[in-house]
Amino acid sequence: MRISPAITQRLAKGVLILATISALGVLIFVIGFVLAGGFRHISWSFLTEPILDMGRGGGILPAIAGTILMVFVAIGIAAPLGIASSIYLAEYTEEGRVTQTIRFGINCLAGVPSIIFGLFGFILFVVILGFGWSIISGGFSLAAMILPTIIRTSEEALRSVPKNYRDVAASLGATRWQVVTRSVLPYALPGILTGVILGIGRSIEETAVVIFTAGSAVQMPKSLFDSARTMAVHFYILAREGISNENAYATAAILICTILIINVFAYSLMHRLMRGKS
Amino acid sequence: MDKIISKLLFLAATSSTAILALIALFIFKEGVPIMAKSGLAHFLFGNEWRPLQGMFGIFPFIVGSLWITAGALILGVPLGVCCAVYLAEFSPKKWANILKPAIELLAGIPSVVYGFMGVMWLAPIIRTHLGGPGLSILAASCVLAIMILPTIVGVSIDAINAVPKSYKEGSLALGATEWQTVWRVILPAARSGILAGVILGMGRAVGETMAVIMISGNATIIPNNMLDSVRTLTANIAIEMGYAIGDHRQALFATGVVLFFFIMGLNMIALKFSRRKF
Repeated sequence: MRISPAITQRLAKGVLILATISALGVLIFVIGFVLAGGFRHISWSFLTEPILDMGRGGGILPAIAGTILMVFVAIGIAAPLGIASSIYLAEYTEEGRVTQTIRFGINCLAGVPSIIFGLFGFILFVVILGFGWSIISGGFSLAAMILPTIIRTSEEALRSVPKNYRDVAASLGATRWQVVTRSVLPYALPGILTGVILGIGRSIEETAVVIFTAGSAVQMPKSLFDSARTMAVHFYILAREGISNENAYATAAILICTILIINVFAYSLMHRLMRGKS
Repeated sequence: MDKIISKLLFLAATSSTAILALIALFIFKEGVPIMAKSGLAHFLFGNEWRPLQGMFGIFPFIVGSLWITAGALILGVPLGVCCAVYLAEFSPKKWANILKPAIELLAGIPSVVYGFMGVMWLAPIIRTHLGGPGLSILAASCVLAIMILPTIVGVSIDAINAVPKSYKEGSLALGATEWQTVWRVILPAARSGILAGVILGMGRAVGETMAVIMISGNATIIPNNMLDSVRTLTANIAIEMGYAIGDHRQALFATGVVLFFFIMGLNMIALKFSRRKF
């Protein structure tokens, strides 16, 4: 029996819709599962108290502080470096053998698994440079990991700037650097910010890199050379060692909310840039 | 002045490649001596991992990584490609603009949260309905299938969108249905791009660490079926890194070397496919 093309089309479309719905279903299920388990246990004191008894009691303030400090270090290094890279690639050079090599490096770095960044950060920053398990070591390692994300997104943003912005500025006698800083960068700013925000998100999610380079101290970090745990590491230890399911759920819920807010913010910025273009 | 800025930007642009080289250098420097000491063949194909007796054979972990990755691809690729086809070709544009970032959000959920879900929800289901310890290849494959979905969907959508419009218009003008056009014209044309996405997804699955530690059971044996516990290359590094010293630690870095080669190989293949034009 031959099935008519029209029926095949309807069947195929059904399968595709089903696949898309199940992918979204998983997303909603994961978020729902964590929030449902966690929201009950979140309170103001949970956010503002120190970690007590290895996480059985108290709050997660040191983990929040550790997360913020490590993200600051990581972004402080990766953002200038990444944005400068993307300016070079988009504004200062022609495509050729050199850019091919640079791009190859970026693409490969993007594919390196986080555990390898962890090993690298451990041997270089913790052992050889002698920073020990510290926020500095963790931040540096995270910076290496998020660099490709920032470069790619911000290069895309720079390339979306219409050519006449550059031409007009150049025709007025501006140097290339003036063209870039006065005319191109302001236009591309939302897109560049998107890259930076996605980098922040990646840093917050990460566990493998941080646990081997920053350790997992429960105390409030006093300097950047102290060991600290991020929220993701704290959650991992709570869940894996069965210390406290309630606090694990609550930490996960806060983690997921943070990630959601960050991603929605990043995409709305990107969307604005795209709309501005058309 | 402009010359100096140009030089500085160039320097920044080479940073990714430099970091990649540093990573390779340090991991190899730590890992290669022990491989030489115990013999490459013994290291790669040895079945016994007994660090205390100085026996370092990582074959069970290679097999573990391959099983879990294969499972993740079998589950994740059809789902991902279906989503991509629906979003790129069938869904109303307004929906696609919301649904694509939503699916990308799956990548933003921390891997430890997926691992936690696997432990709390998926593993018990597998244990009661299918038998075995629950924490198994099957559980890990299911979770990884979800985690690689955004990579596959994102790259595939780009590949489908890159197919020249004239292909589609030509096919529709000849009286083909939308589905026939997708199946006979667009998918074959986008094949190498989709393949690149699949291989990048494979790289992510091989490199994933924290979720896999939590749900694969970590037994250091060669598995017989999908319900057995296994340990992957990444898990081997992460589990023992905390307390390993001397030869043992070097053997973990050597595991990292194997992982690094594996991932770089996959990246090269993916790059090759993604460069292919129509």
